[in-house]
Amino acid sequence: MMNLHLVSNKPSVIGVLDLQGGVHEHLEHLESLGVVYKRVKQVEDFADLAGLIIPGGESSCLSRLLNIFEIKDVLLQAHQRGMKIWGTCAGAILLANKIVGESSCLNLINITIERNSFGSQLDSFVSEATIPAVAAEPIPLIFIRAPKIIDVGSDVNVLLEIGDYIAAAENESVLVTVFHPELTGCLAFHRYFAMKCGLKITASDHEYIDPHWKSCSWTKHAGNI
Amino acid sequence: MDTKRYELNVQLAQMLKGGVIMDVTNVEQAKIAEEAGAVSVMALERVPADIRKDGGVARMSDPSMIAAIKKAVSIPVMAKARIGHFVEAQILEALRIDYIDESEVLTPADEECHIDKTKFSIPFVCGARNLGEALRRIAEGAAMIRTKGEAGTGNVVEAVRHMRTMNREIRQLVQMPVEEVTGFAKANGLPYELALKVKELGRLPVVNFAAGGIATPADAALMMQLGCDGVFVGSGIFKSADPAKRARAIVKATAYFNDPQKVLEASMDLGEAMPGLEISQIPPEQILAGRGW
Repeated sequence: MMNLHLVSNKPSVIGVLDLQGGVHEHLEHLESLGVVYKRVKQVEDFADLAGLIIPGGESSCLSRLLNIFEIKDVLLQAHQRGMKIWGTCAGAILLANKIVGESSCLNLINITIERNSFGSQLDSFVSEATIPAVAAEPIPLIFIRAPKIIDVGSDVNVLLEIGDYIAAAENESVLVTVFHPELTGCLAFHRYFAMKCGLKITASDHEYIDPHWKSCSWTKHAGNI
Repeated sequence: MDTKRYELNVQLAQMLKGGVIMDVTNVEQAKIAEEAGAVSVMALERVPADIRKDGGVARMSDPSMIAAIKKAVSIPVMAKARIGHFVEAQILEALRIDYIDESEVLTPADEECHIDKTKFSIPFVCGARNLGEALRRIAEGAAMIRTKGEAGTGNVVEAVRHMRTMNREIRQLVQMPVEEVTGFAKANGLPYELALKVKELGRLPVVNFAAGGIATPADAALMMQLGCDGVFVGSGIFKSADPAKRARAIVKATAYFNDPQKVLEASMDLGEAMPGLEISQIPPEQILAGRGW
């Protein structure tokens, strides 16, 4: 089992924004990594979060829900206080300061992103890449009706560039990936984000493929009957 | 379809969880739905309430109308093919929409066979009234399930019946010793391997949405509390007095289904809901849920 060491009195919980989309998949990965996690849905849920994951889903839906229930301002205040944020797919769109053809939502990272940039579901695909900053081993990448990051500002560090687009990038407080690490058995990106949040996780790279993960592992967090 | 493609198709449905999929009949409605926060739109020529009223044979919609809607929105676009009509499905795949609904709302093309969905790269969602029906569709390659409910009625009672039936059968399966699964599978028409999978997971292995008769924010929250992963709203939005407002309200209530205060806020001042139909007043041959098996 991996060991988790907390750094002094800093917040140690990572939240997953639970409005719509791939929430359960992220919860499952955080659990496998041994990170303390919670669902974030109400204003009070933002107190003392070390980090927040904005999952994949539909960005137009998520953006509407953020605005309706005053979650947006609270999220921005928590970010001001030091909460780190990781957006996957739709989450990356919400965090961008420029969205092609639309107005931006959270404006927290200096990137230009284009929604649904590959085409229809028939153009969704799987590949892999080595991202040295994140893990020594190749990481499986799942793109589902994915956006493309087409430009970044000088304060943004590109983690993965593929052909004519950028697939992963970060600044000091925000990480964005247009693919879905939560839909694979690979925990490397979740570890990377946990460390960005100030949590210390010790384990060698090969331990970041969860041997028990299956494509339906998310179901244990979903649908109570 | 290879395993990886099937997984990608199941995973797209996972990204729709907690969301509302809305029936739309033109570009203007599609834009209203997207603006209101729909996670996907179902493009069709007539909503189920009108199909019910008009009678006759209901077929796949005009592809040019579906193409116009696809062009107008950036959220995923679904469209319906008749049960068993694999050529309508081939056309919809060639049109490169995002999901096909093999739907009892249209007049079935085949009373014996559903579409062999494993032959396609595009994902399918199928309706079910019980666990056996859901698992048979998954065995045929469906990547997402929804309750059948009774479309076009504005009456949620059948969707509730179908979800409660699935939940009851799943609970039975989870609790029984493994040697009883064979008999249970035989009696209820469950593919055995999938029955074992459901027993292990305690739920369907794919996303399961509510559909058929959902007309209010309270209906949506009810289906979510019964364990659905999201909601389809067919006639309920664009047959109501104020579609944009009702659409936004159902999106809110679906996201906050467990929070009565927020469902209350969502339910305020929406104007008239669509007219409702009592199920017992519908002639048996017009019950849509009885189509397919």
